[in-house]
Amino acid sequence: MKVHEYQAKALLREFAVGVPRGEVAETAAQARTVAERMGGRVVVKAQVHAGGRGKGGGIKLAADAAGAEAAAEQIIGMRLKTPQTPPEGIEVHSVLVEEASAIERELYVSITLDRARSTDVVMASAAGGMDIEEVAARTPEKIFREWTHPALGLADFQARRLAFALGLAGDQLKQGVALIRNLFRLYVAKDCSLVEVNPLVVTKDGRVLALDAKVNFDDNALFRHQDVAALRDVREEAPLDVEASKYGLNYIKLDGNVGCMVNGAGLAMATMDIVKLAGGAPANFLDVGGGASPGQIENAFRILSSDPSVKAVFINVFGGILRCDRLAEGVIAAIKKLGLRLPVVVRMEGTNVELGKKMLAESGLLLTNADDMGDGARKAVAAARGAA
Amino acid sequence: MSILVDRLTRVLVQGITGREGAFHAARCREYGTTVVGGVTPGKGGTRHEGFPVWNTVAEAVAAEGVTCALIFVPPPAAADAIMEAASAGVPLVVCITEGVPVGDMVRVKHFVAGTPSRLIGPNCPGIITPGQAKIGIMPGHIHRPGPVGVVSRSGTLTYEVVGQLTGRDIGQSTCVGIGGDPVNGTSFVDVLRLFNDDPETRAIMMIGEIGGTAEEEAAAYIAERVKKPVVAFICGQTAPPGRRMGHAGAIIAGGRGTAAEKMKALEGAGATLVRSPADMGETVAKVIAR
Repeated sequence: MKVHEYQAKALLREFAVGVPRGEVAETAAQARTVAERMGGRVVVKAQVHAGGRGKGGGIKLAADAAGAEAAAEQIIGMRLKTPQTPPEGIEVHSVLVEEASAIERELYVSITLDRARSTDVVMASAAGGMDIEEVAARTPEKIFREWTHPALGLADFQARRLAFALGLAGDQLKQGVALIRNLFRLYVAKDCSLVEVNPLVVTKDGRVLALDAKVNFDDNALFRHQDVAALRDVREEAPLDVEASKYGLNYIKLDGNVGCMVNGAGLAMATMDIVKLAGGAPANFLDVGGGASPGQIENAFRILSSDPSVKAVFINVFGGILRCDRLAEGVIAAIKKLGLRLPVVVRMEGTNVELGKKMLAESGLLLTNADDMGDGARKAVAAARGAA
Repeated sequence: MSILVDRLTRVLVQGITGREGAFHAARCREYGTTVVGGVTPGKGGTRHEGFPVWNTVAEAVAAEGVTCALIFVPPPAAADAIMEAASAGVPLVVCITEGVPVGDMVRVKHFVAGTPSRLIGPNCPGIITPGQAKIGIMPGHIHRPGPVGVVSRSGTLTYEVVGQLTGRDIGQSTCVGIGGDPVNGTSFVDVLRLFNDDPETRAIMMIGEIGGTAEEEAAAYIAERVKKPVVAFICGQTAPPGRRMGHAGAIIAGGRGTAAEKMKALEGAGATLVRSPADMGETVAKVIAR
């Protein structure tokens, strides 16, 4: 799960990590009030779940409260386009108004899982403020890493080595060590999947501050962090994805016109692949899970068919625990209830497959049976073309 | 022969009084697996659907000589269940549970590494040696004993390849689902090593997916050590970057973990790549006939 910068910074503050003074505003008038409280120059930053905001006009510097109001006026309600947003951009609903910092140096710190080593890694670089993936690709020697102990976490000497690698000294070294340790405390305590501070800055008056912050969370651990779960902003997610998540369905909208309904994540990905190989394009990823009930199948159908770009539906199920007769029952009920007019290609295999096929054939609905995955994909792609 | 499990394996089901645990314990027993019973803390001494229930894994081990623990415990307590099985000396621990926090797995993997136990999963379908033992949630009837070792990060896609193999009269030595999470107990390399040493396994079918570098590590191992033919399929060739495709581990992040990279690595290691998931069985058939 992702959260906004202002929410991430509130968490950083909670864990004693220095961040600039600032508050979130949902209207230009509120932005003015916040700027008045801050006094002096402020930065007005669009709050969306995507990076690269500055290049898209989502971050503006203002000399005073009136300037902050004007900047917020421009930013709130705009469709911000950055390299990390969909091509049509995302609508900005709020801005973070922060005191402007006089920056001496820009650094980088992040924490994430290193899957290959099955433990967390803390990365630091003196080349802050830049696209870190580019730094890693071009000048890997500028990135320092400390792998934490899986059970004991980050040792003090590791935090010190990272702070030294950032070129910090004296009081700033102390601040840097504390900041790195506190970021790691946050990462563990809230089951984060990423904590990234880019840039981490040294201000002209000698403070070490997180000027920007990105914090992502492990969805699997949200059950024990109600406070984090409450930070979810569903406006940042595709409406159909949100709808699907209500029913425990795993749905991701894609660009094509063949709607796919599959059980299991691996088979669902493989189904997208085979649709593409058959010359078509999948409209979605949809995993209905291992033991989908007829009710869940109906919801899945409703969600995938409410995408107007879907011209044909491909159901690909390998019934193990999910029996084919139950699947057929769910499919027939859903099509009748929704009055679905799209061509539907069904490929099913596994437990009670003969009974399931018989039920579909006798349903009086316009369904096409497929013998295997390849056959199903060809038929679904052809159907989508015919209807397009 | 086979790897990891056979007809002598004695299985204890942790979370046996839950809906999933009870259902699958019965399916495993029907298949012929020796399921000695289960564990549910607080329900020790009772029986559940014909199975004896113990309070702790250690008690069950003392009473029945357990050689494999099969875990259906819900995510908040799954990591603890794994540690309990490992500390009771159970040599093979198979965790089916989906949705275990990654942070828990980082710590538990370290814990298990300090014991002689092997962990498979979590978020996996389990392991089956056809005709001998089914320890997991896979449909047993689609499998046949035979020469192909199957290892996969995905559940239903494993059933798909098994269905294609059995449909061509090609059986399987053992099928291992290693799970779709970013941190798991047993890797592709671990299973490849076991298949390579198993005299009954003549060919290996490996199913990978986007995310992480486990397939690249497998490719390096194949190039260096594996003497048997390996057929590989990588799903997620059309997946967009930055989106988690169902499995917690299936995500292309920072331009890494793409299907193209993995396919290139495996092909370079001498594996036979399958482009279409419909052709997995046929490709194995051709490789075996050579």
